[in-house]
Formats: sequence, structure tokens, C-alpha cells
Amino acid sequence: MSVTAAPSRVASRLAEIRGEGRAALIGYLPVGFPDLAGCIAAARVMVDAGVDILELGLPYSDPVMDGPVIQRAVTAALAGGTRVRDTFTAAREVTATGAPVLVMTYWNPVLRYGVGAFAPDLVEAGAAGLITPDLIPDEAGEWIEASDRYGLDRVFLVAPSSTPERLARTVAASRGFVYAASTMGVTGERTTVGAQAERLVRDTRAAGADLVCVGLGVSTGAQAAEVARYADGVIVGSAFVRALLDAASPADAEARLTAVTEELAAGVRGGKS
Amino acid sequence: MTGEPGQPRGTSRTARSLRHEEGPYFGDFGGRFVPEALIAALDELETTYRKAIVDPEFIDELDRLHRTYTGRPSIITEVPRFAAHAGGARIILKREDLNHTGSHKINNVLGQVLLTQRMGKTRLIAETGAGQHGVATATAAALMGMECVVYMGEEDTRRQSLNVARMQLLGAEVIPVMTGSRTLKDAINEALRDWVANVDTTHYLLGTVAGPHPFPAMVRDFHSIIGREARQQVLDLTGRLPDVVAACVGGGSNAIGIFHAFLDDPDVRLLGLEAGGDGVETGRHAASITGGVPGVLHGARSFLLQDEDGQTIESHSISAGLDYPGVGPEHSWLASIGRAEYRPVNDVEAMEAFRLLCRTEGIMPAIESAHALAGALVAGRELGPDGIVLVNLSGRGDKDVETAARWFKLADGATS
Repeated sequence: MSVTAAPSRVASRLAEIRGEGRAALIGYLPVGFPDLAGCIAAARVMVDAGVDILELGLPYSDPVMDGPVIQRAVTAALAGGTRVRDTFTAAREVTATGAPVLVMTYWNPVLRYGVGAFAPDLVEAGAAGLITPDLIPDEAGEWIEASDRYGLDRVFLVAPSSTPERLARTVAASRGFVYAASTMGVTGERTTVGAQAERLVRDTRAAGADLVCVGLGVSTGAQAAEVARYADGVIVGSAFVRALLDAASPADAEARLTAVTEELAAGVRGGKS
Repeated sequence: MTGEPGQPRGTSRTARSLRHEEGPYFGDFGGRFVPEALIAALDELETTYRKAIVDPEFIDELDRLHRTYTGRPSIITEVPRFAAHAGGARIILKREDLNHTGSHKINNVLGQVLLTQRMGKTRLIAETGAGQHGVATATAAALMGMECVVYMGEEDTRRQSLNVARMQLLGAEVIPVMTGSRTLKDAINEALRDWVANVDTTHYLLGTVAGPHPFPAMVRDFHSIIGREARQQVLDLTGRLPDVVAACVGGGSNAIGIFHAFLDDPDVRLLGLEAGGDGVETGRHAASITGGVPGVLHGARSFLLQDEDGQTIESHSISAGLDYPGVGPEHSWLASIGRAEYRPVNDVEAMEAFRLLCRTEGIMPAIESAHALAGALVAGRELGPDGIVLVNLSGRGDKDVETAARWFKLADGATS
């Protein structure tokens, strides 16, 4: 069905990184936190310190897949007046660093904007595509069509509860990579990454996925190293947001983000033994 | 079936029945806009439900609970002194307020708690606004020996403190939700987060006809007993069907419960009363169909109060149970095809109807249900003396005594 011959930029980058014998570090930040400029600055710091791909979260009033840390940041971003259009601004600025940008968004803001208008605006902003935590392929007809037309990635999620049939369906609908939720739960830092994450990645590959990245609950270098053994990418959100929340000043934020990124970047490199 | 009184008049045999919509979609509304992690649980729930509703053992058990625990069938009461303020039309109340736990909510809770047993789950979670659904869930959990956690917006725990205590006395844990607007929508967010994390052991006992499929169709089915009973009761009392069936609409469970039996009676007007808050024109209201546009919230596409960026707008109503920016997808569909009509009733109108029913009939309605009563007064005046209005009195007002006392400034009663 795809009318776009262009390869996915994210998939190309992930394959390149695999060629280096390591996993990719994918870092999440909510747009507009601490403010628009601060978020863009933070993303640049993260890219400089070793984040390979940026996941920019479009702030939404009802983020049911997010835990307390990201909720706090998103609530602050919205209270600060962050708009949907700021996501395009942030994507444009961060893409200029050379790191591919995926926008993470709950579905209603896209519906409200109009799927047919959102897709070309993503392209115009230089974003590679969308990660959609509350949109399953079964409900994504319009998005699949638009993303095909504009050559955008569509990253759907699989979960430890996904049946083999659903894994196959989700893998077939995805473009860029498949997002494996490491655990049954919401975003947030956890002390361990469950054994079910490795099983899920294996099952997702068995269902036909080439590139599988793991998110939810990864916050330390050791966890990143563990996940990097079996996944193509390690997705980290709350640990970065926590660094921003805890920062006393912009300089402190930069120092904290750099430290977190370097630890995780070392993790994704040390994982392949 | 021919010759049954109340047979739909003026419909051709080929007219499509509206009473067999099973989801996931109702026209353009409904669906499953949820994280993949929940799909397996929703599938399991749907399969369990479909098996149960054709299983005589399940049907008998639910029927036994309705009769011996809830007190069904609930009666109807004609209220002539109240109706004197409605242009002389007859007004008949379906008394869901007399159910055990004080509202219609128990109908759905008992159905779902039996399904929970069948799924081998032992922990119930629920959201609650006014506390009625939370109380019903805590009650069923106590009855079945299950663990129960109820999420309730912190704002609602204050305005419905009596129900918080009731839930705690019944053994449930009540968790005040401090995020967002701290009302029902945020309680649902928090319940969904809990469910994703604990879905192996936990059933999310959603309390209204919203949410992802199969909840809208399933919760409607469990409440459709309201309309089935009421339709026959009104026929027995008056010899004909009512002209208007009125019910309040937040998420819309009591309304769909009483509407459903009448969907194929084209001469019966279905009137949903949304919470108009300070007035729809002020922007401070909870009238999702009247004042919203279609969007996705809590797993379904339906009418929604949202801004131009698709952010949910906080709703406002004196009634915690109607204070929700969304509405069940089947209502959006019924509105879109013109089968049901939705009107706003503001706080002032609802509270006047609340007081009027107390003073004229000695029945204290829930403030939610008072919205339906206010709508019935208007509908009655429109119909004139020959009209019959059936109102779903979905809950009783004990929980609202404090709010009402504050509204009427306590000593107000001495003035009339």
C-alpha cells in the first residue's frame, strides 16, 4: 500500500547504530518544559552527550500512559501555555542537530488538528513520524494512510499482554521501529526491568519486526546495558525529565542532563558483550 | 408479539431496530483508543460477557441479586403535586433511588462483579464522581469478598464526603486524585493507570457507558433493566407509552438504561438533560453534546469538551456525578441520528427542581436526577395536560444534603 519509497530515517539510523555493535539511546522530553526554549536547549544537551534519537512529547491534558514525573512536567508545560504548534517548532529546532525526531502524542490532539493537516506539518517541521501510545493499528486507518502518503514513521506499541496475533498485526502496521513496553504499567523509573521485556522483544521479532526498541522503566546505565543486549534501542523518559525537575538553574539542568545522558550512553554501548 | 400494547406505532416492519448495537462503534462514535497493554483485558472482558449473557446460570444469579439484594423491580411513582408545576402533564418517576445503595449504579456493578468472578480476578478498581458508583462497587466488593480501590477526584471527596465515609465503612480504599481538575475525568485517568499495571488480578469496574469497547454496550445492557421495567409499568398504569422519557446525562448510564427499551418506539421522545452548570454560554458547564465537539477521551470517540488544541476542558456542575467533559458514545450517536434530544439544565434550574420535588412529594432526589426533573417540568409544559413524562429518578439525595443546605443557605426553609 505504501506509496513512499524513501526509507525510514529512524530505521536507517537504528540500522547504522546496530552496525556499530550497540543499541540506540532514545530520549524523551515533553515540549514546553520547562518552557519552549528550555526544552529545545535540553534536547541539544542530550544530543551532544549521546542521545541518538529524540522523542518529543506533545503535552496533553489526560496522559493515561504517563506516571507522576512526566505528568508533572506536562501539567507545567500546559500551564505555561504550550500549544500544539510549539511541537512543530521544537521538532524543527531539534532536527537541526542531526538527530532524528519522533513526536510522541496521545491521539486526540492529532484528531483535533486533523490527521490530514498534522502529517504535512510534521514533514515541514522535519520530524520523522509519530509514536502513538493510545492509538492501536485497529483504529489508525486515517493515520496509516496519511503516514504512507508523507513517508512518516508510525511507531505503535506492543505490550507483554499482546497476543501473537496482535504482535503480528502491530508489527505489520509499524514503520521505523516497534516500541516494546517493558512492563505492564505507565512511564516512570523502576528498580528493575522485567524479564518479560526480553521475552516480548523476542516474540516481536518472531512476529516479523526487524527493529524493536524498549521503553518504560529504564532510568540507569545498568538497566540500559541490560536492555541493549537484546533490543535495538533503549527509550528513556522519566530520568531526563527528573533531571529537569530537580535542576536549580539552567546550568544545573545542563549538568544533570549531561550526567544522565552519559551514563545511559555508556550503558547502551556496554551492553553488547 | 402482535397486539402487545405499546407496539411501535407507525413503523414499517422493515424499520431498522436501534436496540441491537453491540459496538465497538455506534455510527462514528465509540471504538478502542487505549494503550495496547489493555487490549487483551478488554478482549477477555468481552468474551466473558458474551458467554455470560447467554448462560442461564449467570442470568439466574444476576436476577436473584436484583430481586433479593437490590430490591428490583424498582417501583414507579406518579407525582401529581410536582406535575402541577408542569402545565398539568402527568409525571411518573422510575424510582432507581430506592435501589440498595441509593442509585441505579448497582445494576451495572452487580453484573460486572459476577463477570469479575468468572475471570478469576479478585481486585476491583473503580472511579467515582458523586460517589454513587464507588459506593455501589464497594458494596459489591464486600458482598463478594473482593479487594476494592476507588479513585475519586480530590475536589469530589470534599463535596461528597458522606460517600467517602460510606465507601471506607464498606471496606474500600478511597484514593483522592490530585491531578488535573481533581474530578471524575482525572479519577478515570488514575484508574486506567492502575489497571494497566495490575490487569492480571484486577478488573476495572467502569461505572458509566463511556470508555473503550466493550464497556459502553455492556454497561448499557446491565442498566437496560430500568427501561424494560419502566416501559411495562407505565403501560400498566396509564395504558399507553409515555410521550417523553427524561434522564440526566453525565457519562449517560442511567439515561441509556431507561432509553434503551424505548429506542424502537418512534413516538416516544427521548430527552437527555446535560449539566449546564453556570449556563452553557458561560463556558462553565458539563454539557458535552450541547457544547462540545467529537473527540477521543478515555478510550472512545464521542462528543467532548475540548479546546482548539484537543486539550480536555474542565467541566463544571454543582452535581459531581454529571461533572464530566465527555459522554457515552451511544448518546453521541443517538444525538447525531436525531433519535434522542439533549438539552442543558443549569445549576439554578436543577436546584429549583430539587427543592420542588422535596416540598411537593416528600422525595429528595440526587442533584444529578434533579436535572432530569427540571427537564421534565419544561417537557411537561410543552406537552400540555394530556402529556405523560417518564423521569428516571436515578438516585436519592441523602449524599447531597450538605450541598443543598449550602445552596439554599440553611435557614431558607423557614421562609416558605
